[in-house]
Amino acid sequence: MEIKSVACRKSFTDALVELGKKDKNIVAVTTDARGSVTLTDFAKELPEQFVECGIAEQDAVGISAGLASCGKKVFVCGPACFYVARSLEQVKVDIAYSNQPVKILGVSGGVAYGALGATHHSLHDIAALRTFPGMQIVLPSDARQTRKLVEQLVDYPYPVYVRVGRNAVPDVYEDDNFDYQIGKSIQLQDGKDLTIIGTGETVYHALEAGKRLASEGISTRVIDMHTLKPADTEAILKAAKETGRIITVEEHSMYGGLGAIVAETVCQSCPVPMRILGIPDENAIHGKPLEIFHYYKLDAEGIYQTAKEFIK
Amino acid sequence: MDNLMSIPELTLKCEQIRKRLVEVVYKAKAGHIGGDLSSLNALTALYFRIMNIDPQNPKMENRDRFIMSKGHCVEALYSVLEAKGFISKELVDTYGEYLSVLAGHPTIEVPGIEFNSGALGHGLSIGVGCAIAAKMDKKSYRTYVLMGDGEQGEGSIYEAAMAGSNYNLDNLVALIDRNGLQISDTTENVMKIEPIRDRWEAFGWDVHDINGNSIEEIVNTLENIDYNNGKPHLVILRTTKGFHVSLMENILKWHHGVPSSEEYTQAIAEIENRIEELKKMC
Repeated sequence: MEIKSVACRKSFTDALVELGKKDKNIVAVTTDARGSVTLTDFAKELPEQFVECGIAEQDAVGISAGLASCGKKVFVCGPACFYVARSLEQVKVDIAYSNQPVKILGVSGGVAYGALGATHHSLHDIAALRTFPGMQIVLPSDARQTRKLVEQLVDYPYPVYVRVGRNAVPDVYEDDNFDYQIGKSIQLQDGKDLTIIGTGETVYHALEAGKRLASEGISTRVIDMHTLKPADTEAILKAAKETGRIITVEEHSMYGGLGAIVAETVCQSCPVPMRILGIPDENAIHGKPLEIFHYYKLDAEGIYQTAKEFIK
Repeated sequence: MDNLMSIPELTLKCEQIRKRLVEVVYKAKAGHIGGDLSSLNALTALYFRIMNIDPQNPKMENRDRFIMSKGHCVEALYSVLEAKGFISKELVDTYGEYLSVLAGHPTIEVPGIEFNSGALGHGLSIGVGCAIAAKMDKKSYRTYVLMGDGEQGEGSIYEAAMAGSNYNLDNLVALIDRNGLQISDTTENVMKIEPIRDRWEAFGWDVHDINGNSIEEIVNTLENIDYNNGKPHLVILRTTKGFHVSLMENILKWHHGVPSSEEYTQAIAEIENRIEELKKMC
């Protein structure tokens, strides 16, 4: 696959530097992660708006909540695996329960750290955070969408968890000419036999699989479900009604994530057969992210094979 | 003006609130009354003399921030907020009732409460965030965080302690209600936290170790802190759990508990006697 773009985390922080220069209330908080988040430019160019907390995620989240309560537009940024585990109680109480509109940028999410192992994987984040009242969850699918997301987040009045990966990902969107709105999914391809719904980095693979299936006469709808909470239930039910089958693909545990969201939605209003692709109840294998994707059938080939079996 | 109340007036006010606090816990049949009573002197001093706050305008931009990190002692906070005029007596009377706005820990639905709390070890980090924001905006408000002594077992507090001194937050005051008891035993039997002063000084804090049962000492300390010394401040309030209700003082079981009607009558009589004595001094 051809990678033309920058990593989503870089797209995010580049936008943040630009926006931060115009709005002094934008503050970035991190935990010795300015390199891995790509906040080095922000720290250099906007030192007065940058808070380094050292390796102390609990403190960073609490500090972020305090800053937000005093009018700051806070982006607390660091590895997803730590923010949604070590500091989960601070996210629950200080941000979600206290209704502080802090934006958490979890970088290197899912299996992006590859062979570093389960300590560094965040495959539970969607499941955990979607149970916190008020918390919203977004997994942008490429660098252009990430940029549009950041612009909306600055003054967005709710707490949001954003998860991106580590490496550059292929473009899903070829230019900036598309509408983006938190909570509103994007249909990338229409079809009537089957719908594939992806989120985050699986969207590209879902689209590639969808194109291949379409070229073989299997009319496949592909949806970019970038926002998992609030999920676009209208688009999910429309897909169920109009295509009758849904495959979900997520870089997350098969429990409690995108597949669960779609299943919970369709089973109550329009039950249709589903296939849920994700990481099963095991610690993910060690390998490069794309090797892990391939192993668990989260890449275009795996999704294509799953669809062919499903459609039989 | 309330914030210029004299020490005798503050002491009287504190006992009047104490009477109401015991009534609130008795009526609600719930509460962490031992810690409520030990922290009440500090809360009264903060809300009636020290902090720049306006009950008519609870979100006033330059208000001092107060974070109740030991959230389980919310009944003391509700009683003080009522006395100060942030919330009504009618609202506080609903405490413990089905669907009451008032929870057993602080929530932001209540005017005058900045943060939801109840999980221990969170408040100081939040306070650090508020204090950094004040510095960024060159504003004069201060942030006060009240913690328990049992709470000192939470490791996150020491992350915040590092950040407080790293960022020279001399606009931040942490207070520890050092009553010596936690739910299952004395703090020193459960997990040693002494020497508190040495530990916090090692973290770079400006530490004041005082008699937290004395409103005069609390006021004098908070009014004489050097708020330009480049260090965050810690006030260790040496207090008595169950303070000024003799049947509860220093008795472990009153960490939480509801007095019987006889105990309630005795407690109220004691406090009323004290109120009458204090009135003569004002």
